[in-house]
Amino acid sequence: MNEDAAFRQEFEVKGGDFAKAGEVSCEIKNLLKELGLSDPVVRRAAIASYEAEMNIIMYAWQGRLDLSVTPDRVRIVVEDRGPGIEDIELAMTEGYSTATPEMRELGFGAGMGLTNIKRNADDFAIRSEVGRGTRLEMTIMTNGHRT
Amino acid sequence: MLNLRELQRLLGGELLTPEMNLETECSKIFASDLMSDVLAFMHPGSVLVTGLVNAHAVRTACLADVAAIVYIQGKRPDATVMEEAVRRGLPIMTTRCSMFEACSLISKRFPEGGG
Repeated sequence: MNEDAAFRQEFEVKGGDFAKAGEVSCEIKNLLKELGLSDPVVRRAAIASYEAEMNIIMYAWQGRLDLSVTPDRVRIVVEDRGPGIEDIELAMTEGYSTATPEMRELGFGAGMGLTNIKRNADDFAIRSEVGRGTRLEMTIMTNGHRT
Repeated sequence: MLNLRELQRLLGGELLTPEMNLETECSKIFASDLMSDVLAFMHPGSVLVTGLVNAHAVRTACLADVAAIVYIQGKRPDATVMEEAVRRGLPIMTTRCSMFEACSLISKRFPEGGG
């Protein structure tokens, strides 16, 4: 955990709360913009955060996003209490999804979430325990100009 | 490159957020009902053409830096979704065109490809 963060905030996300899906990530995006980070960095952090937020809403019971920002990096740690992921390698395969038809009707569940988080982050780690939950750590360097 | 006003004319569109600036230029168009694809593949600053009128499309658009949303088949989001779009400063228009017709009309303005 980033103890010397210049900015830090935690956000709770409730599993199954589709009506509020994306609100936390919109708030994170606004905060990062207010902190003066560049548009590409803000966009990458917002997209990675949104994918993680959607995963909690779609698959877990309860989760938390911990945002910390230092001058050189944005770090988001996402922890959920949920069913966990049995085969992480399979879950990281583009197109693999266990989404329900209801989730797909909302425009999600295409099996792109975890790979898209990895694509947008400079550093990404995932750990999961079946029956307990999943932990994601993502870091986006603030001097990066990838799009 | 075309601006939102030209896009509205091209598609015979109705602007649902009349108070917003239509001079915004856009060089990319992304057509999809799959928000996962918008997040994964769309260039920032694109116009999103979609039939998905729920709040998730608006939030996805804001998070992915969409310039405007064009709803096809005359679809309109409900009042709550529209309020959110206005609050987030996202221009919205609707056209009676199908997805195919809308993309065909737009593609004539982007001979080099607008995706």
